Order: sequence, then C-alpha cells, then structure tokens
Amino acid sequence: MLTDRKRVEGLGSARSGTDHHWKTTLTAVALLIIVPMFLFSVGPLLGNPYAEVQAALSRPFPAVSAALMLIVGLYHFRLGIQMVIEDYVQGMGRKVAIVATAVLSYGLMAIGLVSLAQIAL
Amino acid sequence: MADVNRGDRPLSPHLQIYRPQLNSMTSILNRLTGISLLGGAVLIVWWLMAAATSEAYFAYVDWLLTSILGDIVMTLSVWALWYHALGGIRHLIWDMGYGFDPDTSDKASWGIIIGAFALTFLTIVAIWGA
Repeated sequence: MLTDRKRVEGLGSARSGTDHHWKTTLTAVALLIIVPMFLFSVGPLLGNPYAEVQAALSRPFPAVSAALMLIVGLYHFRLGIQMVIEDYVQGMGRKVAIVATAVLSYGLMAIGLVSLAQIAL
Repeated sequence: MADVNRGDRPLSPHLQIYRPQLNSMTSILNRLTGISLLGGAVLIVWWLMAAATSEAYFAYVDWLLTSILGDIVMTLSVWALWYHALGGIRHLIWDMGYGFDPDTSDKASWGIIIGAFALTFLTIVAIWGA
C-alpha cells in the first residue's frame, strides 16, 4: 500500500519530479553513441546515385542508425525545446508552443521512419 | 505581514546585468545549436522522403543538399551537432557535480570550441573519403 507521503515524494510542484530532466539525460547519453553511427553511415550517402542510396539504406547498420537518430534525436529535441519554451514563454502561448513542438518533432520522426521503411523493406 | 510591498520589489539580476563570460557564452551557444539543429533535421528527413518517393525527386533534393548552399548548411549542422554533443558532455559532468570552478570551466569551454571544429573537420574528411 502507498502512503500519501510515498505517493508524492520526489515529485515536487510539477508533479512529475525530475522525469523530464532524466529523460533528457538518458537520450543525451544514447545520442553520444547514435550520432557518430548516423554521421559515418548515412553521411557518406549524400550526393550518391539513387540506386546506391536505396541499397545502402536497405542494409541493417545504416537503416538502424538512421532510425535511432530519428527516434532518439527528435525525442531529445522535443524535450529540449519544451524546456526552452518553459523558460521564455508564458500562459496560453506556452501551451500552443509546446503542442506545436510535439507536432513538429513527432511529425518529422514519422515521415523519416515511414520513408526508411519504404526504402529498406 | 510577511510581505506588504508586492509588485515593487527589486528583481533578481538577469542576463543583461552580467558581463559576458566564456562560460555563459558557450552555455547559451549550446542551447542555440540545439534549436538550430532543427534545420539539419528537416533537410535530412526531406532527403529520406525523396529517396522513398522517386528517382527524379531524389535527384532534385540530393542536388539541393549537395549544392554550395547545401554544403554550407550541412557543414554548419555537423558543427552544431558536435558542439551540442561536447557541450552536452559538459552538462552531464556538471550534473554529476564536477567542473564548476572557473579554471576548469574555462578549459572545458575552449575544449568544446576547439573540439567542435576538429570533429567537424574529421567528419568532413571521413565523409568525403568514403
């Protein structure tokens, strides 16, 4: 059974505690590995012929690197931009900006992942 | 009464009060690079979408991203990515409670600035060579 105190401990006035910061930290550490993977496997494909890009993105390593970059990178982006918005925007504008950021981040993530799937499969 | 003078109290000093320092500038730039990486993300997603659409459309977007303007934007994005990664490492170290003294902070700032240029150069060389 949870006592009232146990239920709120560590959650603070935001009621979510350090969750946002912790997720930012986790994705930051993950990106330290994912960013080099992505840069050196997908980066060289820029400017290559269509057929070669299709073939490369059908291989597991470049495809997984690109997928991880899209998922973790854009999730980290969403968290970070929300933090910036919460620092500088108040009231209704804050809510609109946070929603817009989520739409943009997850929208880009979806377009990127569906495109990857169409190429790789 | 705890506080009668509401609304007319002195505010805590904000950014414009402080002399710009290497430490604050590199931290602000970390935030700016994070925001501006949206540009690179949009272009890469557009490129992926083009690669999934058709050969002709891919040729157009790929030409755009590897034109002079595209090369400049991509290089700046790579620099922003490395800068944000190195600045992020410093934030992770700060979060663990280390590196707050002025001397370490200054050294880390120069490390981030020089490191970002070095890693960008290495990335361009590696991508060109591949």
